[in-house]
Amino acid sequence: MARKPDLLPGTLDMLILKTLTRAPLHGYGIALSIKRLSDDVLTVEEGSLYPALQRLLLQGWVKAEWKMTETNRRARFYTLTAAGRKQLGLELSEFEQMIAAIGRVLKDAQEV
Amino acid sequence: MNSLTLFLRKFSLLFSRKRFRSELDEEMAFHQEQAEQEFLAAGMTAEAAQYAAMRQFGNATRLKERSHEAVGFRAETVIQDLSFAIRQLRKSPAFAVTAILILALGMGVSVAIFGFVDAALLQPLPYSDPNRLMSVDENSAVFPRSNLSREDYEDWKRLNKSFSSIEVYTGTGYLFRNADGTEPVPAARVSDGFFRTLGVHPMLGRDFASDEDRPGGARIVMLSYGTWLKRFSGRRDVVGKTVSLTGDTYTVVGVLPREFTFGPRGNAEFWAPLLDKSGCEQRRSCHNLDGIARLRDGVTPEAALEEMKAIAAQLEKQYPGSNQGQGASVLPLTELLVGDTRPILLMLLCGAGLLLLIACVNVASLLLVRSESRKREIAVRGALGATRARLTRQFFTEGLLLALVSCAGGLGCAAWLMALLTRLVPKDVAPFLPFLGGVGINTHTAAFAVGVAMLSAALFSLTPILRLSFLEIQAGLAEAGRGSAGRLWRRLGANLVVVELAVAMVLLAGAALLGQSFYRLLHVENGFDTTHLATVQVMAPDSTYSKDPQKLALYREIERRVGSLPGVQSVGLTTTLPVQCNCNTDWIRFVGKPFHGEHNEVNERDVSPGYLATLKARLVRGRVFTEDDDKSKPQVILINETLARKYYPGEDPIGKKIGNGSLEPASIREIVGVIADVREGALDGEAWPAEYQALNQQMDTGFAVAVRTAQDEKTVLPVLVSTLRQIDPNLGVYGEITMTDQIDASQTALLHRFSTWLVGGFAAMAMVLGVVGLYGVVAYSVSQRTREIGVRMALGAQRSSVYRLVLSEAGRLIAMGCVLGLAGAAGAAMLMRKVLFGVNAWDARTLLGVSVVLAACAMLASYFPARRAASVNPTDALRAE
Repeated sequence: MARKPDLLPGTLDMLILKTLTRAPLHGYGIALSIKRLSDDVLTVEEGSLYPALQRLLLQGWVKAEWKMTETNRRARFYTLTAAGRKQLGLELSEFEQMIAAIGRVLKDAQEV
Repeated sequence: MNSLTLFLRKFSLLFSRKRFRSELDEEMAFHQEQAEQEFLAAGMTAEAAQYAAMRQFGNATRLKERSHEAVGFRAETVIQDLSFAIRQLRKSPAFAVTAILILALGMGVSVAIFGFVDAALLQPLPYSDPNRLMSVDENSAVFPRSNLSREDYEDWKRLNKSFSSIEVYTGTGYLFRNADGTEPVPAARVSDGFFRTLGVHPMLGRDFASDEDRPGGARIVMLSYGTWLKRFSGRRDVVGKTVSLTGDTYTVVGVLPREFTFGPRGNAEFWAPLLDKSGCEQRRSCHNLDGIARLRDGVTPEAALEEMKAIAAQLEKQYPGSNQGQGASVLPLTELLVGDTRPILLMLLCGAGLLLLIACVNVASLLLVRSESRKREIAVRGALGATRARLTRQFFTEGLLLALVSCAGGLGCAAWLMALLTRLVPKDVAPFLPFLGGVGINTHTAAFAVGVAMLSAALFSLTPILRLSFLEIQAGLAEAGRGSAGRLWRRLGANLVVVELAVAMVLLAGAALLGQSFYRLLHVENGFDTTHLATVQVMAPDSTYSKDPQKLALYREIERRVGSLPGVQSVGLTTTLPVQCNCNTDWIRFVGKPFHGEHNEVNERDVSPGYLATLKARLVRGRVFTEDDDKSKPQVILINETLARKYYPGEDPIGKKIGNGSLEPASIREIVGVIADVREGALDGEAWPAEYQALNQQMDTGFAVAVRTAQDEKTVLPVLVSTLRQIDPNLGVYGEITMTDQIDASQTALLHRFSTWLVGGFAAMAMVLGVVGLYGVVAYSVSQRTREIGVRMALGAQRSSVYRLVLSEAGRLIAMGCVLGLAGAAGAAMLMRKVLFGVNAWDARTLLGVSVVLAACAMLASYFPARRAASVNPTDALRAE
């Protein structure tokens, strides 16, 4: 079985927050969305997803409420809060800076 | 998000735990369902889809735990561990009770002994800045520390620059007169700055002012707190009142605070300034004072000693007649007050520590057995995702719980033990050991107890952790918990048992040595018959008995009246009873022998004609005193054999004359007899030269009456006291005691008895624990090898060879324990030399005897499992697995 790349450490929170910018989603939906959007490259382990969600809830970056799904099942939907949006912006800009920095290093290394 | 709101949210979550958990459960169930449906949609069978979803989801419990950890406090998992640990202990109550009892006992004993060590050696003396307080005395060739003479003291005080103050104290006694009659009371005379130097302030009234101790000064006195309560009903108006002490009127100026104690004069009820010089204090050569002093800032004790030595040397030059060979001694006051008890207390602490070690090792091996049976549990927990750290913490929690519960029990046990031991100290002795008041549960002892608990907790958690190396998890699962009698366990358990046996051996040897030493002490040659001898102290008021004929009449009356009491065989009077101290000495010089100012210091006892016969002392040469040897005759003395040997080697001392240092004509007396040594000093002290003067020629108003009885000497005591009171109601009559009781209560005997019983108790407990530990190891090993034994027997092994198999294994452990223990015991004995009397530390017989006893008990303990092994039915054993 081909090995899928692991998530970059520290990026899970950001991915979750980003996923929630479009619409409130339940845990499964978040996992699915990340998987689809990344063309099956990124898989979010349930083992990391739920602890991460609890952490985000605790920080107040997301809110949770129980609602009905289209299939009429009760599920907990997570919504991005204003604080969460701010946090996302912060994390995105940090992440971009880092990617850019890594890119520069790699490019430099190739030129040598 | 600030940390406070975070904390508050976490905190509020603590109370909605249940909801949090059920929501999480539901959420995950939903997730799993969705995943399953997706797999179904992808064309899997229902069963495969469910399985795939479950596998994808992984360890649900672990997952929930991690979600929990994200929002919970760390402490919460600690509580989980703790509740699990409690469940573990409750599940095996026999183990829990045994372990906690053993540990509580071990901890209780060590904490109790530490309580004494702390009170005596660690807590500062109850004086201000006690580290700067020194005991300052003279010293000479015979005494490393001897009393100061008053004139020397006055010169020292004037000349020294090292001390901000130097003060003296000396014991005395008064006849205290109150409504009920006359009662002798112990008291002390001190120089005026004594209490100021200690930093003690009276709780009522005032301290002595400077210069109030000079000869001819006003008669004033301060009361001990106890005296104030007992004799003056704690009345605050006592200050300014007068009291009658030995016929003189003293004004009470102050009352000392309740917490004031001063060991060397612990029983003093009245404290008076020095005032007039006693006969002794008028001579520079007579030493009766003890000094205390406070070092000036920046002066070291060594520098102070150097200065005092220089001053002593200067006085030696100035007064060669009296000060020849008199040096100076400067010691920390603590050393004087508790120095004697240090070796014994430290020995006891070591003993208690060893007992604690055995108790811990015992419990550790119990835990080891348990960890063996928990191997499977640990393996399962590991497989389910418990991290190594979490498992380690679980063991630590269990060890800690065990240690803390035992520690609580141990503290209770210690409190009881400390109270018991303190109570066992005789009332007469307790005032001289003021530190006893500080013995008890306090911050020091509690901290010690907690420290001990932490150490044992570490030991307890380490043992199973070491044992259950986590690499073995899979092996543990595969083995399905069946006992293959982990070889490692056998080795570790066996090693622990060897340690236990060795330590038990050390304690047993120590107890045996102390016991022997105690026996020798009580059966030491005293030179007189200690049985059937009743004694009492008499203090006759100087006012009534100032003239010699009056004293002589009193002596004769006492001898006549007491001698005619029923059951009394003979009566004797002496200034000092035997087995007291090498004290009340005289400096003598021999007529016709060269003299270079040396100190020939001998015990001096002034005795009645009947005294030596009453003691049943043995006359070696010459004669004893008769009633004829009185003031009208030339002075005569008896000497003991040690004096004869030391100063008249190879000569017949009878007829020889001795006198005082300057051979004044009035001091010359003739030796008329030699007696075998009577023990004057402590039981473990050496024999000193002694002279016995005729009381009828050297009269004194303070003396002791010794009575030889036909019947039980105890029954004579009350009659003796009442007879003396009848003779003169104004006599101070006190301290009635039989000679055997007095010897038993002497400090030497007391210390020996205490340490013998304590170490004996430690040793007995240690032996029981060690032997039980061995039993446990052998029994466990047999139970684990049942199958092997069954196979052996099925293949034709005899029962005797099974016995041999088990007993030889036990024998090896016992032998190792004994050999190690012997080495340890020899070392311990060397350290104990100081407290042993008449016993060689390397007493081979003792060590051998102890190892035989221990080995016999241990073999007996291993015999039972061996018998069980030998009676195994091979068929059952083989089927058992």
